[in-house]
Amino acid sequence: MTVKELFDSMDYGPAPESAAEALAWLVDMGDRFGHFIDGAFTAPGAGFESKNPATGEVLATITQATQTDVDAAVKAARKAQPKWEKLGGPGRARYLYAIARLLQKHARLFAVLETLDNGKPIRESRDIDVPLAQRHFYYHAGMAQLMEEVLPGRAALGVCGQIIPWNFPLLMLAWKVAPALAMGNTVVLKPAEYTSLTALLFADICTQAGLPRGVVNIVTGDGAVGEMIVAAEVDKIAFTGSTSVGRRIREATAGSGKALTLELGGKSPYIVFDDADLDSAIEGLVDAIWFNQGQVCCAGSRLLVQESVAETFHARLIARMDKLRIGNPLDKCIDVGAVVDPVQLATIRGMVEANTAGQVHQADIALPAGGCYYPPTLITGLAPSDRLMQEEIFGPVLVSCTFRTPAEAVELANNSRYGLAATVWTENVNLALDIAPKLAAGVVWVNATNLFDAAAGFGGVRESGFGREGGWEGLAAYTRPVGKAKALKPVESFSGSGAPADPIDRTAKLYVGGKQARPDGGYSRPVWGKGGALLGHVGLANRKDVRNAVEAAQGAAAWGRATGHLRAQILYYIAENLSARAGEFAHRLDAITGARHGAREVEASIQRLFTYAAWADKYDGRVHSVPIRGVALAMNEPVGVIGALCADEAPLLGLVSVMAPALAMGNRVVLVASEPFPLAATDFYQVLDTSDVPGGVVNILTGSHAELAAPLAGHLNLDAVWSFSSTPLSKAVEAASAGNLKRSWVNNALARDWFANDSAEWLAQASEVKNIWVPYGE
Amino acid sequence: MTTATTERIAQLPQVSEPRNPGMALDLDWVRGVQANTSAIERRAATLPGRRSVKKDYQAAWLLRAISCIDLTTLSGDDTVQRVRRLCAKARQPVSPEILAALGMEGLTVGAVCVYHDMVAAAVEALEGSGIPVAAVSTGFPAGLSPFHLRVAEIGESVKAGAQEIDIVISRRHVLGGDWQALYEEMRAFREACGPAHVKAILATGELGTLRNVARASLVCMMAGADFIKTSTGKESVNATLPVSLVMIRAIRDYHERTGIRIGYKPAGGISKAKDALVYLGLIKDELGDRWLRPDLFRFGASSLLGDIERQLEHHVTGAYSAGYRHAMG
Repeated sequence: MTVKELFDSMDYGPAPESAAEALAWLVDMGDRFGHFIDGAFTAPGAGFESKNPATGEVLATITQATQTDVDAAVKAARKAQPKWEKLGGPGRARYLYAIARLLQKHARLFAVLETLDNGKPIRESRDIDVPLAQRHFYYHAGMAQLMEEVLPGRAALGVCGQIIPWNFPLLMLAWKVAPALAMGNTVVLKPAEYTSLTALLFADICTQAGLPRGVVNIVTGDGAVGEMIVAAEVDKIAFTGSTSVGRRIREATAGSGKALTLELGGKSPYIVFDDADLDSAIEGLVDAIWFNQGQVCCAGSRLLVQESVAETFHARLIARMDKLRIGNPLDKCIDVGAVVDPVQLATIRGMVEANTAGQVHQADIALPAGGCYYPPTLITGLAPSDRLMQEEIFGPVLVSCTFRTPAEAVELANNSRYGLAATVWTENVNLALDIAPKLAAGVVWVNATNLFDAAAGFGGVRESGFGREGGWEGLAAYTRPVGKAKALKPVESFSGSGAPADPIDRTAKLYVGGKQARPDGGYSRPVWGKGGALLGHVGLANRKDVRNAVEAAQGAAAWGRATGHLRAQILYYIAENLSARAGEFAHRLDAITGARHGAREVEASIQRLFTYAAWADKYDGRVHSVPIRGVALAMNEPVGVIGALCADEAPLLGLVSVMAPALAMGNRVVLVASEPFPLAATDFYQVLDTSDVPGGVVNILTGSHAELAAPLAGHLNLDAVWSFSSTPLSKAVEAASAGNLKRSWVNNALARDWFANDSAEWLAQASEVKNIWVPYGE
Repeated sequence: MTTATTERIAQLPQVSEPRNPGMALDLDWVRGVQANTSAIERRAATLPGRRSVKKDYQAAWLLRAISCIDLTTLSGDDTVQRVRRLCAKARQPVSPEILAALGMEGLTVGAVCVYHDMVAAAVEALEGSGIPVAAVSTGFPAGLSPFHLRVAEIGESVKAGAQEIDIVISRRHVLGGDWQALYEEMRAFREACGPAHVKAILATGELGTLRNVARASLVCMMAGADFIKTSTGKESVNATLPVSLVMIRAIRDYHERTGIRIGYKPAGGISKAKDALVYLGLIKDELGDRWLRPDLFRFGASSLLGDIERQLEHHVTGAYSAGYRHAMG
């Protein structure tokens, strides 16, 4: 076409970024890659081809790791770890800084290679992925520098196994590697088999940075290699990927003592209220669901729009879709690139074709011939009961439904098994700040979407996983308290045949919904003292009692909305009432345990209640320093309903230690009392009864830990499960928790010093950090 | 209201588009408008990274930009000779050799924009070129002279041969939320323009908020403006991408509801060829190709042309150019 013709047509024309440098790097590396283990690349072995999804061209051959490779990588990481940790924060900071600098120096090479390998538009890899990856290394260089000062009493976990997805290959690597290294861990990382190339280039960068060998190890391959890493002698698994794989990892690591963080799928709501800037909300959707072809775990894929503006909004959105440009991802003038692989393309197509509900609108734009392209798609008029409103599509497909009121918007938004992110559009600050905390999500964006930064934690709730990456809250995932715990021996109950210690029978019941309740099964067991005297009977709770207790706890959600001040007052009041009966409790404890430290345990319990009463209105959130004009509010929210198998060895203190921090943070609890010594707990509910604790906030069951562990940990309406039982149940509890991927915290058969003050850990376990991004400006 | 025009000048919207008849002031619509500043700024900030125009396409786009320039001189020291010089540049904005190399002989700018006293000189200098003369009016740039004089000024300029009138609105009506007064003022200006087409200068740098920009845009369109324009060039903040985004979204909204296409003119501060490409991309994506014509889009600029000329020479010769190689205006 002549210039004159172009002057008339005013088309964009091609604007390709050159792939020459990236292809030259591949050639330099021989187009075949081994693994990066102990500071060097291994010889390439049998493997698979990595292809450019936009063209189908083979980019390189990648080696499928064997068990020997994984073992070698873990061994190298293990060997390197003590020295790396001992190097100290400031020493590690220099390496992280060097990596950040090198990522900057080779920014375009990384961006082009990422786009070739993944199919995402070069704009995204160049302007978003690579700069954010650099930012994570800079930020965590700072965290390494400050670690000793700001995290006293925390140590590295050791060797971290990290398994990352194909949608943000380099960025997810940075999210995983930077904090791990900063805190003194070494890593064995597996990139996704579709997209290994930037991880291998990163290995090259590690060498250039002079990183000690063995600190970063990269093994390539498919899910089988992932399974080998999960099974390996590592101290932690960090996984980002699908919920189904995350669930399998949870089951596989159950009871192993390996720390685990999971960042899984989502079906994030995108809520548009009638007073929103509709044009900006539509532009936000472009960045929500057509960013990276919709292959984003936190994609705003579920549009909820207020009825009164729905028609206008949809009409404008459809018009906007037609303006999207889809094509060669290396073109600098492209909005939507290629889906990562033909397999993913077939999945997306299959899901959309199987849907018969609503109206399907596809962008009226030509798709490039060949390559894995799918048109931007909107499906309006869906109901929550439609499959596409519930299932993650992981493609450029937006589904939509309307709502009438803010309350209904929240209800619809939360009507999901997922809870990763949410977006709220409204010009009303009252509405935005009311809605954001009500959404079941780890991240909420107000009048914006897909904002990320190293300083703000990212991660989800429900089946979107647990743990946070980034920010202060992300460091917990890569550290542990210093010190070594002793093994916990099972605590046996006493047996006997003696006469009742007190001739007047006292009937201990379960405590559910603020009322004493007989066990559903109608069975009780005798409780004997050390000398064989009959101290009383306790009910044997069964799975139906667990059901009732969780239901009562879920019904007491108002506790989570009560002010910290009110929760503090009630905790103080519990302490006051316990103190009034201190002598009696001490005596009782001595009788049931046969020991003589009852008074000390009661005193410690009172102290504990005071401690968490103190914390109830002081465990403040943060305002993260993110690089936008706005705030990222990291709010500490209650986890929800926490079920706990309480310590056997400290019948009162163990129960109070679980209950107090949980209540302080606004959770409700289902507590299974010490199995051998349950009577302190059943006495304790009388204290609760007199202390203005709302019904359902605390529920106490007695019975067999082994029997109750599975129904409790497997309950799909329980948000977290803790086990401090002396019965070795950690594995069973964590395996059962995989059902709804609830958070778990188990003792792994290690003892805990119940008299120690370790509020930080308890408060963190009793809360979720929600990051609410509020950009502002008028 | 007069809609007829006697001269066939492609740059004027009334030639190919039905002229905006205006409509009754719809306050519900005006007050319901929202503009989220941070979201608009984010969109504007990422625009240059989202669109790229290269090689022949870029040359074509830059030539298109030239065809949309209101070549402007608005100085206290303007003289007839100075205006003649500018008009000569308007007729031949790029050296004939470069235009020939690009196959674009005969390209001119969109219009020449001057103060009233220079209208006659400009009309004379542009005679036969088809390039319209635009006059800034109504007590430009502050718009605070007596109302009847402002209206009369329009009439004088039209009489002197101006085919486009760039009026300034009373900012106080916007700042005071007196939409009725703004509407009536604009109506009166439009009336006074007769066949000349009217551009409403909002002086966005003085309106305080983007929401005000959006509302003022709508009110001026409802009152019959043919074009809406960002700035006089005399405010401390002139055309910006966020302001442009707000104004063209208002234009899109108005078109969706009434079917009438309103033109857009960013003015002041656009001096680089690269900026011009970003603006054209913005218009193309947000409003559509139809708006990429001088009858619906203008740049109010004086130094932009020089940078475009250098880029075009680079395109033709492959060597980076120098300013002195191109004729000044």
